[in-house]
Order: sequence, then structure tokens, then C-alpha cells
Amino acid sequence: MCATCGCSGDAATGHHRHEHNHPHPHGHGPGALVEIEARILAKNDAAAEHNRAWFRGRDILAVNLVSAPGAGKTTLLERTIADLGAEMPLYVIEGDQASAVDAARIERAGAPVVQVNTGTGCHLDAAMVARGMQRLRPPTGAAVLIENVGNLVCPALFDLGEQAKIVVFSVTEGEDKPIKYPHMFRAAGIVLLNKIDLLPHVDFDVARALANLRSVNRTADTIEVSARTGAGMAAWYEWLRHERAAARQAASA
Amino acid sequence: MHELALTCQIVETAAQAAAGRPVARVTLVIGRLSGVMAEAIRFCFPEVARKTLLDGAVLDIEEPDGWARCNLCGVEFATPDWLTACRCGSYDVTRLRGEELLIRSIELTEAA
Repeated sequence: MCATCGCSGDAATGHHRHEHNHPHPHGHGPGALVEIEARILAKNDAAAEHNRAWFRGRDILAVNLVSAPGAGKTTLLERTIADLGAEMPLYVIEGDQASAVDAARIERAGAPVVQVNTGTGCHLDAAMVARGMQRLRPPTGAAVLIENVGNLVCPALFDLGEQAKIVVFSVTEGEDKPIKYPHMFRAAGIVLLNKIDLLPHVDFDVARALANLRSVNRTADTIEVSARTGAGMAAWYEWLRHERAAARQAASA
Repeated sequence: MHELALTCQIVETAAQAAAGRPVARVTLVIGRLSGVMAEAIRFCFPEVARKTLLDGAVLDIEEPDGWARCNLCGVEFATPDWLTACRCGSYDVTRLRGEELLIRSIELTEAA
């Protein structure tokens, strides 16, 4: 047991060696040693917490949609806007390396949208989302759907201040995605198995895919949907309503 | 590719701690299950450090192996990846080591 706080860790494993910002000069070695013990992601984490407080203060539900390229995130958003937009004010951040193609699609679907281009960057970070919010200006009570860059690697590390991470996993990808990209699937609060209308045409074993997901994430909700045909989408909307209510409770707490 | 963004953060944080004094060595802790490739950080570091207080500094990276405790039977065991189950078959584990992403310390070129 950790002697510092009584948690199950061990002080020697470094999980909470004193993590603070002020340096400690020590005289040993040829040059002075300055202990830092700062998390490498500290700056992004701080910006994400700032976003989280900003969302909570405005009673806004923010979710972070991640997937491999082409899993159907934008199509999912288009259908969600069409079906749910009248009931829930939906605002969208579109993250891509380049172009405003997706933002144009979302705009046509009828939701306010801001396109964030990451340039050579492979993920959205919390500061980009903060800047996006200044342009998007979602009102109190809105739901902000953040479509991350299509990439199952880098976005796993960068907290945006969202309430939940949604992994969109399509049946054209192969059942082993969760064990090939465990970081991303581990971080998911919910996994949407998309393109189920294609199941008769592809060799995709749903049970095996879900078992693989369970080996890296025991708690994520899963919903099988087709954003194209609308199958299963009602359960996804129910999940969003539930999260919306949870955000409202957190805001009033 | 996120390693370049992380290397920029490392250099920025280390330079702040150095407070104007040149840095001879930077020590990081990057767990083997952290999702970050130490090799890629090593590749990016000299270029990102150029023309900063860290220009030419040696980069040391500690890479702790994955280690976990089973929440069912209490056994502690090595986890070379995310999929390693406990000997008792359980995947319900508490991760103890291997996810670290820390800047441990810097060594200044001159004594304090």
C-alpha cells in the first residue's frame, strides 16, 4: 500500500511522487538536478478541465466522437441532427486535418458547426476545442458533439473536457480492432457498432467483436446501429438523452 | 505522431523549470503501456530542443514495464500488454505501473 495516501499503489511506482510545479534544485552530479515530476500532458489536462468546468457552468453536454477514418461518424451526426435536432439543441465541432467538407455536410443537416483543421496534427486537443467554443458559442442546455480526427491512436491521449468518449466501430473494419487499438477502446464510455446493415455482406462476427471489446473495456455500453438505414438509432438517442440529463444534474449539483 | 506534440510539451515544461539556465540532461518516465513510443520522442527531441535551453541536452527515458494487481485474487503480475489476464483468468485488475507519462527531472549544465 502507498504510504503517502493509503491507496493501493506504491510510492516507489511513482504514481504519486510529489507532483508539483516548483522545481527543487539539488547539488549532486556535475550540474544541479531540478526535480520536476510533472505529467507530460499536464497542460492539455488543465485546458480540458477548464473546458469541463465551462461546459458544466452552462449545463452543456459535450461528447467526443472518435473512430478510424471512414467508420461513419459524420453520417451518424447527420442522421442524429435530422432525428433529434428539434428536441435537443445540437452543436458540432468538426476536426479534420484539412478541408471543410464535413462542416458543410453538418451545416446542410441543419446544425451550427465549426470546422477545426489540425494541419499536420493527428488529433484535437483541449485548446483547439476551447477556441472552437468561442466561435461556436453553444447556448445553455445545448449538446456539443465533437467529431475528432479519424484516428484510433492519438486522440486516445488527449482529454478534451468531454463527458464521454464515443467510439464508432464499423462492421467493415474487422473484429480485432479493440485489441489492436486497446487505448482507444479502453477510454470509451460507449461503443457504437455502425453499418450493421452491411452484416449480411461482410465476414464480421459481432459476438467476437464484442468479446474483444470486453477484454479491454469491461464497462462500456454498446449499441448496434446503422446510421444509413436508421436501425438501432433510437437506442443511441436514448443514451444521449440520458447523458443530457446527467449533465444537467451535474450542472445543478 | 502525437509524440511530436508531446515532445513540444516536454521541452516547454523543462525550459520553464530551467528558468534561463542551460540544461544538460532531461529525464522522462514513459511507461510501456502509456501509448507513447519512447523511440519517437527520442527522434523528435533534438530537433524540438534546438535553439532552446535544452539544445544539445542528453535525453534519458525510464520505461517501466506494465504491472498490475488482480482485483479478484490479489496476485500482482507483469502485464506486457493490455490483454494479459491474471493467472486466475480475471481481467479485473488495477494497473500499478506502466502508464506513466512524466517529466522526472532536468540536470543543469552548471552546479546550482
